[in-house]
Amino acid sequence: MPLIEAQGLGVRLGGVEVLHDVSMTIEPGEIVTIVGPNGSGKSTLLRTLIGAQQPTRGRITRAPGLRIGYVPQRLHIDPTLPMSVARFLNLPRRRPAAALRAALDGAGLPDLGQRQMADLSGGQFQRVLLARALLEQPDLLILDEATQGLDQPGSAAFYRRIEEVRQEMGCAVLMVSHELHVVMSASDRVICLNGHVCCEGRPEIVAQAKEYRALFGTGTHGALALYRHEHGHSHDHDHPQPHEAAE
Amino acid sequence: MAYFGDATAHAAILGVALALGFSVSVFAGALVMSLVMATAVSTLSGRGFAMDTMLGVMAHSALAFGLVGVSFLSGVRLDLMAYLFGDILAVSRADLAVIWGGAALVLALLLWRWQALLTATLSPDLAHASGIDPRREQMVLTLALALVVAVAIKVVGVLLIAALLIVPAAAARPLSTTPERMAVIATLIAAASALGGLGASFRLDTPTGPTIVCVAALIFAGVMAGSVLTKIVRNNG
Repeated sequence: MPLIEAQGLGVRLGGVEVLHDVSMTIEPGEIVTIVGPNGSGKSTLLRTLIGAQQPTRGRITRAPGLRIGYVPQRLHIDPTLPMSVARFLNLPRRRPAAALRAALDGAGLPDLGQRQMADLSGGQFQRVLLARALLEQPDLLILDEATQGLDQPGSAAFYRRIEEVRQEMGCAVLMVSHELHVVMSASDRVICLNGHVCCEGRPEIVAQAKEYRALFGTGTHGALALYRHEHGHSHDHDHPQPHEAAE
Repeated sequence: MAYFGDATAHAAILGVALALGFSVSVFAGALVMSLVMATAVSTLSGRGFAMDTMLGVMAHSALAFGLVGVSFLSGVRLDLMAYLFGDILAVSRADLAVIWGGAALVLALLLWRWQALLTATLSPDLAHASGIDPRREQMVLTLALALVVAVAIKVVGVLLIAALLIVPAAAARPLSTTPERMAVIATLIAAASALGGLGASFRLDTPTGPTIVCVAALIFAGVMAGSVLTKIVRNNG
């Protein structure tokens, strides 16, 4: 049975219909990416799935005992609230010291436990958010544009970590992103959202779909070219580099 | 949300007026009005109202209506100053029992809900994802605040309760790395302020509630100066 299932979801925010007729499921262990232009309701959909936003129509069915690890787009910690990294990792449940050490090691931040959250760099902050979500031993990891503000190597490293996590823990991953070229190669399934589900399927199929092309375009300026950008090849400089135009 | 306490405390004077008007206990009146105000504030927050404006409107209207209400009470010789500024020297044994009982209740409530409360305060979305209902935790905080206001009204008075909620916590902030540490240090600073203020007011013959707040403010200033100096020394060394 699916981990989470949305049927005919509709959400109105302040009189504006943000989502309508959204139906989707997440199966155990799969990586699903939601892509869509700004204002297409991606974040609203995630917030509805975790229960932070009430749908005006439709319903959400969660597998019994479903554990969700949520990594928000950004997290503002009020400066009046002192919060060390170690203390943050102990929310919402206290963890044994060994689990905390393992989480910090896994995030590549072994020495930062006593550091204040406010003093972390953007990349470190995102890795701590991910580490906290993983401590929940989630069945479903939900990431909302988790690499916003990271440079390209930083976000590529972040997505490699997600891939590792899926292999180690076997959790399903649902993420929202606009960095299509990085994300699509790591996804089992892509949902293209623009208020409703425009199209969905395997990344290469969605990339060819006319609904997707209508939203993101094609050619050297489009995401398709980015998606075909091969990582790991050597950059010899005698030929023109069409993909650079798209970056 | 620092003014949350302010609005709740100001509403308590309206509670005092109503309690005297209907001849019920002042504690009950203050508690009920504090609860009503705290609930109204936490319901309105997050609904797109300009919070500081709303709090300003509600706090001071409640205070004004309370003062006008008290003036209608003929036949009751009421020392209004005692409720506005507190009168720690008039506290009876029964009052002490209410204060200790209220403090124990608030402490138990906080210890019970602490992890969930902290998660919900940090981010309602993170709380939702972990199966915590942030609105319930907000209600817990609201209830605790109303209790504190109702039991503290005799000692510090409605005008200065908010000061004792905010100043010791603000003074504890630079000394703290975790919320727990901040809670403990703030409590110690508050206790030191109360004892110091009591002593000073006895010696200087000044009103006790305001003197307690003055001591807390001096501690705050001292801590702030200390933390600024430490930073300068660290940057130059």
